Amino acid sequence: MGKTNQHLPLWEVFIRSKRGLDHKHVGSLHAADAEQAMQYARDTYTRRSEGCSIWIVRSADIHASQAEDSASFFDPADDKVYRHPTFYDIPEDLKI
Amino acid sequence: MSAALFEYTLRLGDDALIDGQRLSEWCGHGPFLEEDVGVANTALDLIGRARLLLAYAGTVEGKGRGEDDLAYTRDEREWRNVLITELPRGDFAFTTVRQFLLDAFNRQLYERLCLSLDATLAGIAGRAVKESEYHLRHTGEWVLRLGDGTRESNRRAQRALDDLWPYTAELFESDPVQEQMEAQGIAPATASLRAAWLHTVEPPLRSAQLMIPGNTWPQTGGRQGMHSEHMGFLLAEMQFVQRAYPGQAW
Amino acid sequence: MPDDYRRTLIRQISQHAHSEVVGQLPEGNWITRAPTLRRKAILLAKVQDEAGHGLYLYSAAETLGASREEMLDQLLSGKAKYASIFNYATLSWADVGAIGWLVDGAAIVNQISLCRTSYGPYARAMVRICKEESFHQRQGYEIMMTLARGSKEQRAMAQDALNRWWWPTLMMFGPHDAESYHSQQSMHWKIKRQSNDELRQKFVNQTVPQADFLGLAIPDPELEWNEERGHYHFGEIDWEEFSRVIAGKGPMSRDRLEARRRAHEEGGWVREAALAYAEKQGTRAAA
Repeated sequence: MGKTNQHLPLWEVFIRSKRGLDHKHVGSLHAADAEQAMQYARDTYTRRSEGCSIWIVRSADIHASQAEDSASFFDPADDKVYRHPTFYDIPEDLKI
Repeated sequence: MSAALFEYTLRLGDDALIDGQRLSEWCGHGPFLEEDVGVANTALDLIGRARLLLAYAGTVEGKGRGEDDLAYTRDEREWRNVLITELPRGDFAFTTVRQFLLDAFNRQLYERLCLSLDATLAGIAGRAVKESEYHLRHTGEWVLRLGDGTRESNRRAQRALDDLWPYTAELFESDPVQEQMEAQGIAPATASLRAAWLHTVEPPLRSAQLMIPGNTWPQTGGRQGMHSEHMGFLLAEMQFVQRAYPGQAW
Repeated sequence: MPDDYRRTLIRQISQHAHSEVVGQLPEGNWITRAPTLRRKAILLAKVQDEAGHGLYLYSAAETLGASREEMLDQLLSGKAKYASIFNYATLSWADVGAIGWLVDGAAIVNQISLCRTSYGPYARAMVRICKEESFHQRQGYEIMMTLARGSKEQRAMAQDALNRWWWPTLMMFGPHDAESYHSQQSMHWKIKRQSNDELRQKFVNQTVPQADFLGLAIPDPELEWNEERGHYHFGEIDWEEFSRVIAGKGPMSRDRLEARRRAHEEGGWVREAALAYAEKQGTRAAA
């Protein structure tokens, strides 16, 4: 047997800390497949009762926006102040 | 006190402690970092379980011995763990297959012990069954990967299974203590336990392309304090500080 | 992200991760010999935390494009550094107490400062680590308290441990500010937020009263309160020993690396098996 592959792929871990809250990215780990990644996520990231639900996803399957795109992606939203409630002048004593 | 209940609780406690002791030897030496964390979780559960059981054994005995008196001052012949727990950790296949066989046993045993007429044991079992269910998931998945992974991993796992299988008979042994506990509704019947255990271990072993060895003889003696030569060294290591400085608080 | 900043971060985070991973070994040496079951469980949980912390930190470094394999290769080939303190031997049960009290105490001083580091994933890992480590120092101090209040032999054991771990702990903060090249660079990038000497002084100030409470003597004849400057004056570190241990010539340097190498090599067939199985399952699912 020649030099075989011993490199376990990388997985990203998301934990929901309480019912009603969102899953939040907490870190990553290495595992050969989803079942083991799930177990190691449980063993590593919920040792102190930090979670009630776990998502794992292969890091290779995540597509991230690129830093060089950020001007064209995000700046155009900045001048749309009318999307925010504070943009509108309504008498304070009214409940709207 | 009930001599049989003391003896029975001691058996459960010693099984958990010696298994946990062996497993803790892997801490920092596992095949990759994630597994280091995983194996330590199982060892922690087992040591926690042993503490509850030995403390209760001390209470049942009524001579003022606590968990540490029982763990640190008994000599080899007074230990009641099954032999399979004390065997040296071996390679990862040996540890994993042993743990798989024990997890499957504990999963069945503690599920039944939840119904024990002894309320304390039933309480401990309620927690233990959840732990063992997870341990079994972890080792069960590993058995599949080792058995059905590479030729080398299959060879190692098969060798481990061949070595370990004769020791499993002891888990289902009956003797007057066991019979008395069964008669009092404190312990589950060993015969039904064995059937359930076989039912748990056979399918994953088969899927993993591992063969249960036929024609073996039972290796037993632990329940009577007749241990392997490994036990003395395990105790020498575990009890060293308390033996060197007797009677101190730590 | 500037390349220098990235490289500096990868170096610092991976060294930190290696330190956690190698740091399992000195205390791990006492898990099977812990003198009570309660202590055994605590120690096992603590050493497990260190594996977990190594994992969080490798994970932070991986967000910068360094792979776990590269970092591991660097460690196992002896190229990467890790905290020199772990190249000292744990010779008695009191060493487990001393490590928790002193080594984790020093680490916390360092790490709290790092919670404000400029790189987000590193800062978040540090916040998590600091939260988890708060029990590590306390359990160590509790061991020292029990020994200090115990028999004559136990007190001697505690004093001996303090004697051996004190100076190596002060060395953990690194060279004097004036002599630390990396340190200046890291301060500039706001990766490091407080200087080596500042942090070392902070540690000494907080630890002396703790030693007094135990009735143990810190092995430094020059140690004394300086009213004017409002801190403890302490003696000079043996910088020759410092350089020697950093250069991999510590009492346990060879054994530590050897243990990590052996675990990695003996785990090779296990990782291969897991990958082979995953591949077969993938093929079966596709078929």
